[in-house]
Amino acid sequence: MIEGFTALYIFMLAAFTGYEVIARVPVILHTPLMSGSNFVHGIVLVGAMVAMGHAVTDMEKIVGFIGVMLAAGNAVGGYVVTERMLEMFKSSKGADQ
Amino acid sequence: MNTVIQLSYFLAAVLFILGLKRMSSPVTARGGIVWAGAGMVVATLVTFFWPGMHNYGWMMLAIVIGGGAAWYTGKKVAMTDMPQMIAIYNGMGGGAAAAIAAVELMRGEFFSTTFQVLAVLGALIGSVAFSGSMIAFAKLQGIIRKSLIFPNQQLLNLLVFGGALVFGLILMAADQPGDSSIFLFFLLALAFGVMMTVPIGGADMPVVISLFNALTGLAVAFEGFVLGNAAMIIAGTVVGSAGTLLTQLMAKAMNRSLGNVLFSGFGAGATAAAEQGEEGIMKEVDATDAAVMMAYADKVIIVPGYGMAVAQAQHKVWEFTKALQERGVTVKFAIHPVAGRMPGHMNVLLAEAGVPYDMIYDLEEINNEFPQADVALVIGANDVVNPVARSNPESPIYGMPILDADKAKNVIVVKRGRGKGFSGIENGLFFLDNTRMLYGDGQEVAGKLIAELKQL
Repeated sequence: MIEGFTALYIFMLAAFTGYEVIARVPVILHTPLMSGSNFVHGIVLVGAMVAMGHAVTDMEKIVGFIGVMLAAGNAVGGYVVTERMLEMFKSSKGADQ
Repeated sequence: MNTVIQLSYFLAAVLFILGLKRMSSPVTARGGIVWAGAGMVVATLVTFFWPGMHNYGWMMLAIVIGGGAAWYTGKKVAMTDMPQMIAIYNGMGGGAAAAIAAVELMRGEFFSTTFQVLAVLGALIGSVAFSGSMIAFAKLQGIIRKSLIFPNQQLLNLLVFGGALVFGLILMAADQPGDSSIFLFFLLALAFGVMMTVPIGGADMPVVISLFNALTGLAVAFEGFVLGNAAMIIAGTVVGSAGTLLTQLMAKAMNRSLGNVLFSGFGAGATAAAEQGEEGIMKEVDATDAAVMMAYADKVIIVPGYGMAVAQAQHKVWEFTKALQERGVTVKFAIHPVAGRMPGHMNVLLAEAGVPYDMIYDLEEINNEFPQADVALVIGANDVVNPVARSNPESPIYGMPILDADKAKNVIVVKRGRGKGFSGIENGLFFLDNTRMLYGDGQEVAGKLIAELKQL
């Protein structure tokens, strides 16, 4: 378990990281980045799996099932859409980056 | 095994951050998503070995159904519909965070009260992001067309939110929360998400989707604390803060505060100003004359907008651009930060058509070039080139930075009909002396221009 002030420190540092990563981004990448960060929070899949894995009653299992299904949709959909968008970024100098 | 799991989560967190960092430059962006994707695969795979888990069969089925459906829709959807797909996938993430909280609340075995409080907060935020994103999807997809605005709406929304908070507090305090209060809590939270999004106009949806994206990140982080999962905490928090910044940048590009977007139905106070708006004659031009004007120009700046996306005209526009370049005309694309339905939406569409990104310019980069341009070709853009934003303090878009297309020697506006734009504001540009209107569907008009150009 990550507790108390350790948790708070992780939270703060991660928040600054997110801010720094985005701070100087050209407008043309705003949509792909939004889509990319949308994919990254698809990590919720991991949590949904753990929650479902520990579910005991039927109700818990059903809600857990829905959770895993939604989370998988977030992760996979986020990836596919972001990849399709970024695939299109080429420069006129030809070479694929 | 536990060490391996923790190490893998650590690796995933590093890959997410590096991936996002790479995505923030056009040169490395394509690699960025692959890095982040690798992190996701690693994290997901090791989770199967998390100690003490059951229900593997059902879990696999859920992953296959959810992932499969998302894979299929994500691959199939047209580039123009990307914004609403982001909305729906984002909503799913919020819903998943809420579902985690629901399972944990039903089990009621919290390590400490702090975790219980965080679980409820995450559930609240996640539920709002879920139902709100679904409404945003429905609006952009055209399933919901009207913005529902009624008297005392804010008050009612506040009451629903207050109700959700009250049940949230009950859940936080209870040792073993009852199923009925859990149910009512989620019902109210979901209702609030719907109610806060319904009155917001379609033009503001990008900002709202970005906000929900940030909220989902935060919800994921909170549930990460509850489950003691560092990967979720870090990834969620990074997205939460990055998303918040992105939301602010978007709102700023539209010259509106976030509060303004969320709490004032756009256009409600604007009608008066719009009605007394611009007067004058719109002068028409046909495709032949327009083609001639551009063929003998030195410099043409193309300003695309949502109309181009709707008409799927980006390929034809690029073809036309190449034809102009062959004749020695310098062509540049000018993109307003909020052109289309999402910042960067136009860039993505033009990139899809094959336009190299170094031909595409931001507002700041290109604005002082308009006076030297012989022709500004406006395709399906409206509010982002409306000079009223500079001149009329009464106008709801007053103060929004615009592309100075009106300063070009000639302006050709490709437009489907004589109606007003998405925001319902009359456009002063259309009545200027140097402006010519070229009516028709974007794709059709671009096709005609190409044909005319060939005959010259």
